[in-house]
Amino acid sequence: MAAPRSFLWSRRIFLTLLAGFVLLPVYVMVSSSLKPLQDVSGSFRWMPSGFTVRPYFDIWKTVPLADYFMNSLIVAGAATVCSVVIAVFAAYAVSRYRFRGKRVFTVTVLSTQMFPGILFLLPLFLIYVNVGNATGIALFGSRAGLILTYLTFSLPFSIWMLIGYFDSVPRELDEAALVDGCGPLRALFRVVVPAAIPGIVAVAVYAFMTAWGEVLFASVMTNDTTRTLAVGLQGYATQNDVYWNQVMAASLVVSIPVVAGFLLLQRYLVAGLTAGAVK
Amino acid sequence: MTTLTTPPPSKERAAPPAGKRPSRLRLPARLRRVSLPYLLLLPALLLELVVHLIPMGVGIVMSFKELTQFFIRDWGAAPWTGLDNYKLSVDFDAPVGEALLHSFFVTVAFTVLSVGLCWLIGTAAAVFMQEHFRGRGLLRAVFLIPYALPVYAAVITWSFMFQRDTGLINHVLHDQLGLTDSRPFWLIGDNSFVALLTVSVWKGWPFAFLIVMAGLQNIPKEQYEAAAIDGAGMWQQVRRITLPSLRPVNQVLVLVLFLWTFNDFNTPYVLFGKSAPEAADLISIHIYQSSFVTWNFGTGSAMSVLLLLFLLLVTAGYLLVTSRGRKTADV
Repeated sequence: MAAPRSFLWSRRIFLTLLAGFVLLPVYVMVSSSLKPLQDVSGSFRWMPSGFTVRPYFDIWKTVPLADYFMNSLIVAGAATVCSVVIAVFAAYAVSRYRFRGKRVFTVTVLSTQMFPGILFLLPLFLIYVNVGNATGIALFGSRAGLILTYLTFSLPFSIWMLIGYFDSVPRELDEAALVDGCGPLRALFRVVVPAAIPGIVAVAVYAFMTAWGEVLFASVMTNDTTRTLAVGLQGYATQNDVYWNQVMAASLVVSIPVVAGFLLLQRYLVAGLTAGAVK
Repeated sequence: MTTLTTPPPSKERAAPPAGKRPSRLRLPARLRRVSLPYLLLLPALLLELVVHLIPMGVGIVMSFKELTQFFIRDWGAAPWTGLDNYKLSVDFDAPVGEALLHSFFVTVAFTVLSVGLCWLIGTAAAVFMQEHFRGRGLLRAVFLIPYALPVYAAVITWSFMFQRDTGLINHVLHDQLGLTDSRPFWLIGDNSFVALLTVSVWKGWPFAFLIVMAGLQNIPKEQYEAAAIDGAGMWQQVRRITLPSLRPVNQVLVLVLFLWTFNDFNTPYVLFGKSAPEAADLISIHIYQSSFVTWNFGTGSAMSVLLLLFLLLVTAGYLLVTSRGRKTADV
């Protein structure tokens, strides 16, 4: 299939412009994080007048970035592990069993996707506060409350994707295991889960990214000791003196774990989307 | 976890030969088979209940109460006000309703433009990258960066670029190209809509790209080969095969993009803070401000419920139209 010149040229021009658009902020982030303060306080410069790695040392002192990092890691990690396990069970049930209320379940779970986060924020805020007052269990302001909340953000999408993925695993495989005397859970973990690893990795990546990037609940439901990166990073930008080089260095540092993980696992994500979302 | 992965000392396997009755403590096999799917669903159901369904119920109750900061510790004690919060929200001649209506229109315009552009760019990029060429893998990885970057890191960088005095945008527009007489403000005033849209499209199009790319893999190669034999050029193949084959994918994609964009809070919040400029006052920020800044949770809840009703209506209508379209297309 020989592509005509018009097609090749359109492709070249379009993709070049698009790559420029995508990479512009990345260039700004990387270059500004290596500039001395006077370079980022005046008019923008494409080429820095000096080169320094100081911002990368200062960011940890200006705000307690390491603490925020730890909070984000714990919250996002716990939410990811739990939501993957729960989604695996739910998706297995929907994919392999016929039962009453199956449609109601899938429709309900999927439709929670469309609800504005702000709709849950106010009631959850009040519920967490009241539960705290009544039982002494600190959900509001604690990591546990945030983990609980984030769990359900990624859950609908994860279940949806995994149902598609499990459906693509031949039924005969786990039926054979059942015939051989495995219990259903054993069949799930010995046969279905290994065959669906790409989908499960995709779901885990998605869940982690959702939790790592969430701002709304993190900004309302955390306090000084449980603050995540999403809130903590704004600490640099709202002060009177904005140390833009530090802001950029910190942005880069908090992005590296997710971007690296994502680029490593993107093949799985695309494969997972193909099986799960595009049907 | 281990208790779940290790099989229960397999009762089926240890089951006595046929004819003997199983021990009385066990549930009958039939009942177990019936209840198993529900047991598997239980954790997901409980969570959905605790974090989505119950709060939704609470939110609806709240919207009928006069819930100000005095009642936060015990919101049940807040006085009922009937439909007052709703009346306040939709009284478009009074300041509260007028502001809500304005914010609604801003959100609609923003969503339509953002979804349209994301879809267009994502589809074009996916179609152009359908065939192999040198550097394709690298380019694909580059294109996924906006999707992978945490929202706040990306948006903070954009807000730096949009700064009036120190930002790249004004440096290029004013200093280098001389397109503007002075350095315009981008994060306040009317320009803030453009700034918000730019960031939203930058962040959102890779998702469309991912989904369309996945959809392209499902188009059989033979269709293109047959078309090529019939003498269809590259552009014709895109128009006659690629785009029609993507229809089912697009229907889901556009709906998901619409809902995410319409409800987006993160982008405007990081870009503008707790109160957005009027030109970019998206509805989620507006509700947030009505609730957490002016501390009127009752009105905020009523607005949320109205927003939800609107989204439900639009989604139902959309699904109805697209499913009918799909049916007639199949005939």
